[in-house]
This record gives sequence, structure tokens and C-alpha cells, in this order.
Amino acid sequence: MEDLLILENLERYVSGEMSQQEKIAFEELRKSDPHVDQLAVEHSYFLHELDRYSALKNYRHSLHEVENKLAEEGLITQPQIKGTEKVIYLWKRYRRSIAVAASIAAVISFVSSGIVVNYANTSGNENYELLVNKINQTNNEINKLKKTTSQLNTTATRRAEPTIDYRGTGFLIDGKGYLVTNAHVVETMKTVYVQDNKGNYYSAATIYLDKNADLAVLKIKDSAYKAYTTLPYSIKKTNADLGEQIFILGFPKSEVVYGEGYLSANSGNDGDSSAYQLSIPANPGNSGGPVVNSNGEIIGIITGKDTKADGVVYSIKSKNIFNLINEAKEADSTNTLKIKAPTGNGLRGLTRVQQVKKMEDYVFMVVGN
Amino acid sequence: MSTTAQEKQLLVGLAQNDKTAIEAIYRENYTMIQGFVLNNTGSVDDARDIFQEAMIVLYEKALSGTFELNCQLKTYMYSVCRRLWLKRLQHDQRFNTKVENLQETIPVEEELEDHDKKNTDFMIMEAAMHKIGEPCKSLLDAYYLQKKSMQEIATEFGYTNADNAKTQKYKCLVRLKKIFFVSYKNA
Repeated sequence: MEDLLILENLERYVSGEMSQQEKIAFEELRKSDPHVDQLAVEHSYFLHELDRYSALKNYRHSLHEVENKLAEEGLITQPQIKGTEKVIYLWKRYRRSIAVAASIAAVISFVSSGIVVNYANTSGNENYELLVNKINQTNNEINKLKKTTSQLNTTATRRAEPTIDYRGTGFLIDGKGYLVTNAHVVETMKTVYVQDNKGNYYSAATIYLDKNADLAVLKIKDSAYKAYTTLPYSIKKTNADLGEQIFILGFPKSEVVYGEGYLSANSGNDGDSSAYQLSIPANPGNSGGPVVNSNGEIIGIITGKDTKADGVVYSIKSKNIFNLINEAKEADSTNTLKIKAPTGNGLRGLTRVQQVKKMEDYVFMVVGN
Repeated sequence: MSTTAQEKQLLVGLAQNDKTAIEAIYRENYTMIQGFVLNNTGSVDDARDIFQEAMIVLYEKALSGTFELNCQLKTYMYSVCRRLWLKRLQHDQRFNTKVENLQETIPVEEELEDHDKKNTDFMIMEAAMHKIGEPCKSLLDAYYLQKKSMQEIATEFGYTNADNAKTQKYKCLVRLKKIFFVSYKNA
């Protein structure tokens, strides 16, 4: 309460409301009591601050009033800028943001196009898996052992089997020893061998490779190979129909494996019109294998599958084989390459089992290292 | 009356919170400042803010009593606004643009430093005012800002007499002072 009294006196003292007598008495009090003096100093500073605050607050209030009045009058208005002036104004105002946005866009487009190009070079889709089989050497040894024990009693002379790292499938398109398989099956192989269903190895060579179509032509260059005069199947030149029943033969393991399914779409991965989508079980090693319809026509070549989706397998359309043959002929510098696409109809009307039995001889395991 | 005498008159008016003086200065200078701000990536709202702040700087100067206008008021206003706008751009990190100089300028750095300090004090006081709450805020507002007499305040706030209101006002003032000095020392 005493402090309040001091404050009151102080305020009157500062504002000059005190009589002369009171003033002298108050100054005496300040001199005698340091507490009062300190309070007086502090409080007069504070009052000064408060005064300034009040004055400024009132002044700001006046500023607002004047401003509003002038705004109503139209002195303070958004000037109407038009045409190029406006463009210049906006450009000046936002060019920093524009620059930042543009550089971000540039970075993103470079990075993403880089990624796209990278994937396009390999498979076009991260879920796209090529069905060439990378051989586990141990399994291979075991299989070899099994084979040699089971065939110990056979009298046929057998040559040393090559070491193999990759396995795919191929099939004859000309009885003279020309096979078709996927480019990705053979492109990494230094030496290529093919093996028939009886277990005979023949050395072969890649004579033409089309990476874009993912197709390759192989030639068996082995004196042990006996040429076939005719092949029982033909290669379909036109598109196959949706829902057609199909079967495949391939080498996901070291012996031929049969699979059946149907044609589920007329385009491949990502709308690729040069391929079909099949619903069929296929595994690494099936790449390059023939897709055969019920008439015994080859309609495609297994190439890959979608790893994320169930039973989605892609095959190159068979008409690409004709293009491949033509390209291979053109690319042949000696002009002596003669490949005649098969036109046989020996599978027509047979049961599936009979078809497979006949077909087996012409489907080869493509291996190499 | 000469221009200089006229402008001196305006400053005196400003110090007394005279609205006609404020209006005259606005009419004389605002358009130029708005042009400057718009030309340098600002908006009309930016121009209003900047001009208001410059008016406060001018007011503080006028209040100090020691201020002598050594150049045209126009030049002074332009210099202050330009400096304020540069500061704003720097604060927003938009200073990649080169600010065009339309007119001659005078150095105003000292003024603005002084203004910054005063502005901080103002903010502290305002924050303290908000903190003390009602009815203290209204009471102090009525006495110190609206300059009402204790008798008026007593009737308005429903105190039995002016002395009661006065006691209440002192209590409020002590609280305000406490809050003010706490933030003031921390600032």
C-alpha cells in the first residue's frame, strides 16, 4: 500500500501536479530513502515508456484513419496494370520462384529420363523378368552325375559335356540346323551349345542377333547333327486369337517341360504390340521356347514374365520370325544364307499328347557360358 | 510560406498527432513510394506497410524535438522507404533483384536503428498490455491512451468513487510494470 502511495506521488511529481511544498517534501524523501529513489527512477522511466506507447498507439490509429480515408478517395488503390507492363511486373515479382521451379523441373526431368532410358535398355519394366536361366553350377553337377549313372550301361559314345552358365530354349525353323531363340539368351554366351531331348550336345553359333526384337538365329555347326528334311509344324504369319489354347515346351530344368495355357491379350508388356500376353506357367529357362496352338502352328516365342502379376507371361509374336529371317539373310555378307521357314502341318488333328511327342525332337536346350 | 517552413509546420503537426498534417504528407508522398515499391517486386499492400512505417519513423523524429530536416521531406521519405523496403526484401530473401534508385537518397541508417529499438519497446509494451488481461487493460487504456479522468473511468467501470478506481489503476499499473520489465530485460 505504501508503494502505491509512492507511485501516486511520483506520478503527480512527474506530471507536475504537485505544489511547491509537496515537491520539496518528495525530493527530501527520495534523498533519504534509497528504496524510494530507486522506485522513482524505475517508475519514471516506465511512465515515459508508457507515454510513448500511448502516443504512438494513438498516432498509429490516426494513420489508419487517414489511410482508410485516402483509400476511399482512391489515392491508395491498386493501379490497373495491363499488357506487357503486367507481364514485366509479374516476371519481376516471381522470377525467383520461376527460376527455382524451372531448375527443379529440369533436374527431375533429367533424372527421370535417365532412369527411363536405363530401364528401357534392359527390359522396359522393373517387373519384367527375362526367362533365361542362370545355372547353379552345383545343381548342374548333380544332374550330370544322375545322368551318367543312369546311362552307364548305354553303349553310345558321349562327348565331354561343356560347362554351362546360362540356359534357355530354342527350336528349329529349318531342318538344316537353324534355330530361333531369344537374343537375351545367347547375347552373353561366349560359346553356345544346343542339346536335344535325347541329351546330345551340339556346338552352335549365333549367326544373327536382333536385340530390339529380342530374337536370334543359331546354326548348329556340328558334324554329329543329322539334318531333318521336314519339320512337322508351321509358323503363323497372322495374329493369333484371344483365348486360343496354347502349349509351350521349354527347359526350365535340364529336361523338357510341357506347359499349357491360353492367349490372354494381344499386346505385351506396356502395350507392346509386337508381343502377346499369355496365361501360362513359365520359369527361367523357358525363354526362346515355342508357343504352339492347337493346329500345330507356332504363334510365338516365350520371352519374359511379369514378376508382380500372377501367370502373366509375354511372348514375341511369330510373325517377327519372318522379319528376323529376312534381316539375317540381308546381313549375310556371303549371300549364301538359305533359311526356309517351316510349313509342315503334321501336328494338325493330333491329340495334345501326340503333338508334344512329335514336337519334342525339334525343341532344343540352348546353353552356354 | 516557403516549402521548408511549410514542412516544418507539418512536422510540428505530426508530433501533435494532427490528422491534417498526416493527410498532407500522405497526399504529397504516397504515390511516389507506391510506384517505387511496385517497381521493385512489391504489392500495394507492401507499399502501404512501408509507408506507414516510414510515417512512424518521421513521427518519432518529430517527437524528439531535435530533428532538423536538412533536405526536402520528399527525399527523406524516399530514403527511409527505400531502406525499409531493402530490409524487407533481405528478410524475405528476395534480394536477388537490383533495387532501382529513382531519386537521390540520404543516409538514414542511424534513424532506422533508433526506430528498430523503439519499435521493440513498443512491441514489448503491447505484449505486456495484452498479458495483464481485463479489466486492467481497459482501465489503463482509458486513463493513459484515451486520457479520461478518474471520475469518468469510475462511472464507466462501475467503481463507487474515483479513489477506488485510482487504487485499482495503480494495482494494474504495478502489474503491467512487472511484466514489462521482465520482457524488457530479456529482450
